[in-house]
Amino acid sequence: MSANNPSDLPVVSDRLAKNAMRNVSERLIEGLLLCAAAVSVLTTLGIVYVLVSESFHFFQNVSIVDFLTDTQWTPLFDDAHFGIMVLVSGTVVSSFVALAVAIPMGTIIAIYLSEFANSKVREVAKPILELLGGIPTIVFGYFALLVVTPLLQIILPELPGFSLLSAGLVMGIMIVPYIASLSEDAMRAVPMSLREGAYAMGSTRLYTAIHVVVPAAFSGLAASYILGISRAVGETMILAVAAGMQPNLTWNPMEPAATITSYIVQVALGDLPHGSIGYQTIFAAGLTLLLITLVFNILGQWLRAKFRENY
Amino acid sequence: MQPLTTEQIRAVIARGKLRDTIFKALGIFCLAIALLVIVALIADMAIKGSERFTLDFFLNFASRRAAQAGILSAWVGSLLVMLVTALAAVPLGVAAGLYLEEYAKRNWLTHIIEVNISNLAAVPSIVYGLLALGIFVYQFGFGQSILSAGLTLALLILPIIIVSTREAIRAIPAMIREGSMAVGATRWQTCRYHIIPYAMPGILTGVIIGLARAIGETAPIITIGALTFIAFLPPAPFTGEPPAGLFDWVFAPFTVMPIQIFNWTSRPDPAFEINAAAAGFVLMVMVLSMNAVAIYLRYKMRKNIKW
Amino acid sequence: MQIHDNPALKAEARNLNFFYGEAKALKNINMPIYDKKVTALIGPSGCGKSTYLRSFNRMHDLYPGNRYEGEIRFFPDNTNLLSSEVDPIEVRMRVGMVFQKPNPFPKSIYENVAYGLRVRGENNKRVLDDKVEHALKGAAIWDEAKDRLSELASNLSGGQQQRLCIARALATDPELLLFDEPTSALDPIATAAIEELVHELKKRVTILIVTHNMQQAARVSDYTAYMYLGEMIEFGKTDEIFIKPKDKRTEDYITGRMG
Repeated sequence: MSANNPSDLPVVSDRLAKNAMRNVSERLIEGLLLCAAAVSVLTTLGIVYVLVSESFHFFQNVSIVDFLTDTQWTPLFDDAHFGIMVLVSGTVVSSFVALAVAIPMGTIIAIYLSEFANSKVREVAKPILELLGGIPTIVFGYFALLVVTPLLQIILPELPGFSLLSAGLVMGIMIVPYIASLSEDAMRAVPMSLREGAYAMGSTRLYTAIHVVVPAAFSGLAASYILGISRAVGETMILAVAAGMQPNLTWNPMEPAATITSYIVQVALGDLPHGSIGYQTIFAAGLTLLLITLVFNILGQWLRAKFRENY
Repeated sequence: MQPLTTEQIRAVIARGKLRDTIFKALGIFCLAIALLVIVALIADMAIKGSERFTLDFFLNFASRRAAQAGILSAWVGSLLVMLVTALAAVPLGVAAGLYLEEYAKRNWLTHIIEVNISNLAAVPSIVYGLLALGIFVYQFGFGQSILSAGLTLALLILPIIIVSTREAIRAIPAMIREGSMAVGATRWQTCRYHIIPYAMPGILTGVIIGLARAIGETAPIITIGALTFIAFLPPAPFTGEPPAGLFDWVFAPFTVMPIQIFNWTSRPDPAFEINAAAAGFVLMVMVLSMNAVAIYLRYKMRKNIKW
Repeated sequence: MQIHDNPALKAEARNLNFFYGEAKALKNINMPIYDKKVTALIGPSGCGKSTYLRSFNRMHDLYPGNRYEGEIRFFPDNTNLLSSEVDPIEVRMRVGMVFQKPNPFPKSIYENVAYGLRVRGENNKRVLDDKVEHALKGAAIWDEAKDRLSELASNLSGGQQQRLCIARALATDPELLLFDEPTSALDPIATAAIEELVHELKKRVTILIVTHNMQQAARVSDYTAYMYLGEMIEFGKTDEIFIKPKDKRTEDYITGRMG
């Protein structure tokens, strides 16, 4: 270093002077890290770009009105129809069945773990839920088709081998851990002073949970339900395996039907040429799916803003 | 209204407590269902698949004859895809988490990135498959390869790794940062020598959970067009003729465990059901043991927090 | 306790010990609580005054590992509140409590006050209306609240919230009302309102109040107990405690040499 050079003396000390090289490399690293963070934005842009551009080609051949109102979905037939409602009905029915299982069960488990269970029970129960949430959906699909459906057929002999009901039930079980763990977090965040206030009035545990803790945690619970809906709508493999893949405009869970997601799988399994109308349908279906989940996401954010926790 | 008599109050309390007890039973019942499903799943696959738990099953390729079919190409494919996924997602995710916690200023760009990450976590996995089909397979010309699959799954688990990195970093007290800066370290040196090492267990937990999720993912990989019947292995990684040949393996066609299971599950011949059960059991063991390691790591971490 | 011109007893602690796990937080406390009087508990922080207060409604039962020894006798029926045969919920239905920080429930003002009545199974609209109005008047918040009964309680100011919490406790006609530093989170004006209210309330209900503020104890209470390190050092009429304390430690605390 040049500390001995007299001409440098009037400057601050060398050791306090800014090190230009170090600055450059610091800025460079910061830039690289920012690029990594920007990948997530690129992913979103990529998703929107792919879905919109391919759907754009699709809608040059099919009118949006037909897409939304036609009651048949036969894109690969000579007499092609593109009524997305056929797939949406399967998605709606299976999600409905799933949520009818997952919301009550998840909420009950959350209330139980947050308000009733002691720490020992919680320490056992939470990993169990985590493991359940980690099971691959293809395994759940296997379970729905080869275990749950035969069991259901004992009670409901007329249930076909593929049905929205059994896929939906298993999907519900799959979603339980998400709802339970998010709801429990929300309820545990409710301050103890509120509970003490309720107990001091002579409330029992359940009364406190339902009348004080749940309302206080409402926005968190709503967010967990919304996430559950997103999961149900986007779930693919359980339906592809256990609900059958034939398009069927139905509101009856006892029937087999394709959903938006299982249709995409079915097409991808085949060998459709890049750029064909059949190839484009899966992007139009994917765009529909993304818009549905987007609507629920926005709804969730709105709910959270409207019912901010006010404790 | 007259104040309630002691008897009336006791009756009210007894009713309330009865409801408490009923609810408690209901809670335990719901938890028991969750546990029962896990046990039933594992037991069913273990019992049905038991006759296939032989070395041959792991060393045979898929076959049209159920009894001779094995999962060699599937588990090798899964491992290779996971390798690509980890190589892509871990550096990206950790760097992004580091940026957001240690560097980012509170401005619109940071806000957009954060909102984006939380929204991406809610995007259905099959949509990632469509993204990969449009971009990786056709736009970039990676084809229906291990590379395409690995990158797709990397994007899918990126939010998980970013979020767990951020949580791990946030748990490090400010005094560590200040101590390092006070002796003249730059921001990067502080990250490199203090933040990243201390956050490592938390990051690792997130990585394992992310990979466990990725290894079981089926839909996005089917969407990019992975083959369901593969009777050969990709070239072993990094063994080809350098320099170009080193990466031959990433462009190879492949199949993975979940797709093999899907294939066998959807065949009408019940003999393949046994294979599906056995392969499902193997996949479950892989996923559950990864999750168990992550749960254990987190548990250990909570026990030896040093500050 | 050589005060012979005493009013009737409402409660009495007898050889009360309390343990948080292994730690002994209250040491052999003996103390009377007189009917329709205000008794103040004073002492440095950590002296056990809140712990003692929370024994009267069995609040400690909510957390595992807590243990009582001895008795708190409750009159006129001479029940031991701490007995394992006595249901803590039943105790809490007779003993109301107001907390350090206002903790209104995430409900409307009306439903906050009606809460205790609903817990007791009362759902008759007319009875509820009546009781809610009465309680809000009793807590001197009726005029501010009567036009906004269906609003969320969290919209009220801090002082109003605390009076609402008092109304909530009053609505069920408790025999004993516990105040745990009720003004520590409030500004001086809101504090003055609560103190006045406490003064008013003792016509109807026996009051036990923990305070960190000696002036407050002197202003509102009839009797005062000084606690230190889990022990009851001195108990007596407030005037006597403040003017001529018998124990050196009480004197030190009151004159500001300690605490």
